[in-house]
Amino acid sequence: MAQATPPVLEVTGIHKQFPGVRALCDAGLRLFPGEVHTLMGQNGAGKSTLIKVLTGVYQPDSGSVHLDGRPIRPRSTQEAQALGISTVYQEVNLCPNLSVAENIFIGRYPRRFAHRFGPVDWRAMRRQAAELLKRLQIDIDVSKQLAHYPLAIQQMVAIARALHTDAKVLILDEPTSSLDEAEVQTLFGVLRRLRAEGMAILFVTHFLEQTYAISDRITVMRNGEREGEYLCAELSRLALVNKMIGAVGDTAAVDTAAVDTAAVDTAATDVESSGAADTPARGGDVFLAARGIARKGVLRPIDLDLHRGELLGLAGLLGSGRTETARLLFGADKADSGSIEIRGRRVRLANPRDAIAQGIAYCSEDRKHEGAILPLSVRENIVLALQARLGIWRAMPMKRQQQLASDYVKWLGIKTASIETPVGSLSGGNQQKVLLARWLATEPGLMILDEPTRGIDVRAKQEIMDYVSALCRKGMSILFISSELPEVLRVSDRMVVMRDRSACGDYRRGELDETSVLQAIAGEGA
Amino acid sequence: MTTRADPALGKPSGTPAQALGAVLLQHPLLRPAAALTLLLVLDAMLLPGFFRLEIKDGHLYGALVDILNRAAPLMLAALGMTLVIATRGIDISVGAVVALSGAVAATLIGGTMVIHEGVPAYVANTPMGVALAAAIGVALLCGLWNGVLVAAIRLQPIVATLILMVAGRGLAQLITDGQIVTVYYQPYFFLGSGYLLGLPFSLYVVAALFTLTLLLVKKTALGLFIQAVGINPVAARLAGLRTATLIVLVYVFCSACAGMAGLLITSNIKSADANNAGLLLELDAILAVTLGGTSLAGGRFSLAGSMIGALIIQTLTYTIYSLGVPPEVNMVVKAIVVFVVCISQSSEFRQLLKKRTA
Repeated sequence: MAQATPPVLEVTGIHKQFPGVRALCDAGLRLFPGEVHTLMGQNGAGKSTLIKVLTGVYQPDSGSVHLDGRPIRPRSTQEAQALGISTVYQEVNLCPNLSVAENIFIGRYPRRFAHRFGPVDWRAMRRQAAELLKRLQIDIDVSKQLAHYPLAIQQMVAIARALHTDAKVLILDEPTSSLDEAEVQTLFGVLRRLRAEGMAILFVTHFLEQTYAISDRITVMRNGEREGEYLCAELSRLALVNKMIGAVGDTAAVDTAAVDTAAVDTAATDVESSGAADTPARGGDVFLAARGIARKGVLRPIDLDLHRGELLGLAGLLGSGRTETARLLFGADKADSGSIEIRGRRVRLANPRDAIAQGIAYCSEDRKHEGAILPLSVRENIVLALQARLGIWRAMPMKRQQQLASDYVKWLGIKTASIETPVGSLSGGNQQKVLLARWLATEPGLMILDEPTRGIDVRAKQEIMDYVSALCRKGMSILFISSELPEVLRVSDRMVVMRDRSACGDYRRGELDETSVLQAIAGEGA
Repeated sequence: MTTRADPALGKPSGTPAQALGAVLLQHPLLRPAAALTLLLVLDAMLLPGFFRLEIKDGHLYGALVDILNRAAPLMLAALGMTLVIATRGIDISVGAVVALSGAVAATLIGGTMVIHEGVPAYVANTPMGVALAAAIGVALLCGLWNGVLVAAIRLQPIVATLILMVAGRGLAQLITDGQIVTVYYQPYFFLGSGYLLGLPFSLYVVAALFTLTLLLVKKTALGLFIQAVGINPVAARLAGLRTATLIVLVYVFCSACAGMAGLLITSNIKSADANNAGLLLELDAILAVTLGGTSLAGGRFSLAGSMIGALIIQTLTYTIYSLGVPPEVNMVVKAIVVFVVCISQSSEFRQLLKKRTA
């Protein structure tokens, strides 16, 4: 860690442009041997792009990467690995039906007679696999199928595979996102041992606790740039969160890159002034009351009350449990424990149908995979949820479908050639409006909006937030999830802050102030 | 064919006539219909009297009627297969279900000769209604089995239906005791070889089932739901669809169609051959669906396209036999035609072609 030793990996001035998006701008990174270095940043800050440049998936437009002082330019992951940069990805990409040993040596089985066409030397493979794992202090039967072992062990096997080659740099892209507490500790134990051996480890995570538990140094990225490099011990949590999302007052910095700054500023002031005008104490009786709902490895027990006509903001970093809470409330995932009452009656939400029947709607954060059915038309996408509730036999007449669709197209200002246009050919903002229309058509009592404004342009963003406020005034409850803290602060009547898979703060509108929220997100007592 | 159609796509022209032309060129049925027409024109040139129809004993005879009649079982199988494929599934047990339902019906009916007042007459062992219901019932059970394996146990469709593909034919052989069961019961023959108002009865069966399915898909929400589940099952579930139930239903329907096809086949040949009835029918059905323009990736589907696809296959078979091509060559010729039609539907290939010609 001494500054005297030169960095093993030095990245400087990386630019990467995708059509219409500037992903990286003058991005940089230094990795020293024998340190755990955490890369932090909001969604879209450019972390993954930077890693993909390092591992040869993307070629940078300009900039340089030096490994051990020599310039490198890997063109594929294999090349990067041969150079000594090994990566373990977020999803464990191993073969669950092969043995542990086979997984570690996949694509490079040891051969007999030291010839590449020699028969596979199974015994040598098992022995070497066991040795590799022993280095990570894991003692398991390597001839058993990988699927036989829990996820944490699988993660270790992935690391063992990455270590097999003479790795100098180990990149871990969100390795803990599907691990529970104890499993994370095991992983960290392994990382500490590797660090002691002199390995340079780049760790990407969204969890602040884990960052502080393991890191020596932190690089913060924002809007495709390196915001700064800090020693972990010298950076407070509050300062870190501040650097990740930018100062709260500074809207332009928080909103996504490549956006007309002037437009954002006016939009922000507009909404702010109108927001101030309609803040009569909303919120009547409780619409939904959740008590201690939890899911192992995903969400710690959480209590949540949602009043009628209330806009409840759910803030926190990615992975803090926001989406996970939403999915439990919608029955998309089953809760292991806890209870949910709707309108004072205890209900069982085993699947989305149950939740929809109770008047809950859910706009997923993953519009493409969990929301829009791209090849189907605007009309078909809008009527889908309502028709699903009506069932197969009570088909809505075509006239009524067209009426419903064109009403929402007009009301939400959806820009489409016609209501028969495939949703896939619409822009992101308009797709989002179509999904909004799909759920509004079911006339829900509670609408869960998970990142409804992600990846859409400023104008559509503002329009969507306007509808949301209007709906609230009409008595609909809204659970609003967004990574953009200023947005949540602007529109919420009440706000629950989540951190590390549990709720850690509940603020009413009067108490909402950026500093306390930031402190809650960062996990520092006020 | 392909290169001419493409420039018109997405550019509605000025005059109504041109606009109509553009719509027709974009129509998903264009390619399969053109292929069938081409084949028929070829037949008209190669086989004298191909289009000639004549009335004998009040029945309509001719090559076209023959093709339609022989295509009936395949059309039924393709009907069910279309919906399965639209949900991004596949059912390779169709042939086995054909054998099974045929075996059940034939064994139950059987038929013995009795002399009644000096006149020999054939009597069914079991009332025909019961036998038919039992055969279709067995087919429905097969579909339920497939559907549960796919939707609840989450086996890959091809693996799930492979089980029945093997087991179904085995069961059929158990039922028939490994023998070819011959049916001696006149009314049963009507299904597969009877005539009604001058046309083969099997055509009415196909027309009825096709119309029923079309109505079901268009007039209920079934069509929308099947497409949604086929394209994006996750989004469909989150929109509140009973995705599992839907998938089970689709497999049940497919097996029911196969069961019906089994009845037509056994009735037509007056016997149930557990070994050969419906052999490889599933592959022809999948082929018919593909030729009809439904993608194996699920989603948008065309029932009419699948019917045309089935007719293409049957016309091709008829042509090959009529031309006196040795049956050994039949498969090769079929493969070539299939290859050409399928490749003309591949967008990658069309782009490649465009690049070459440009």
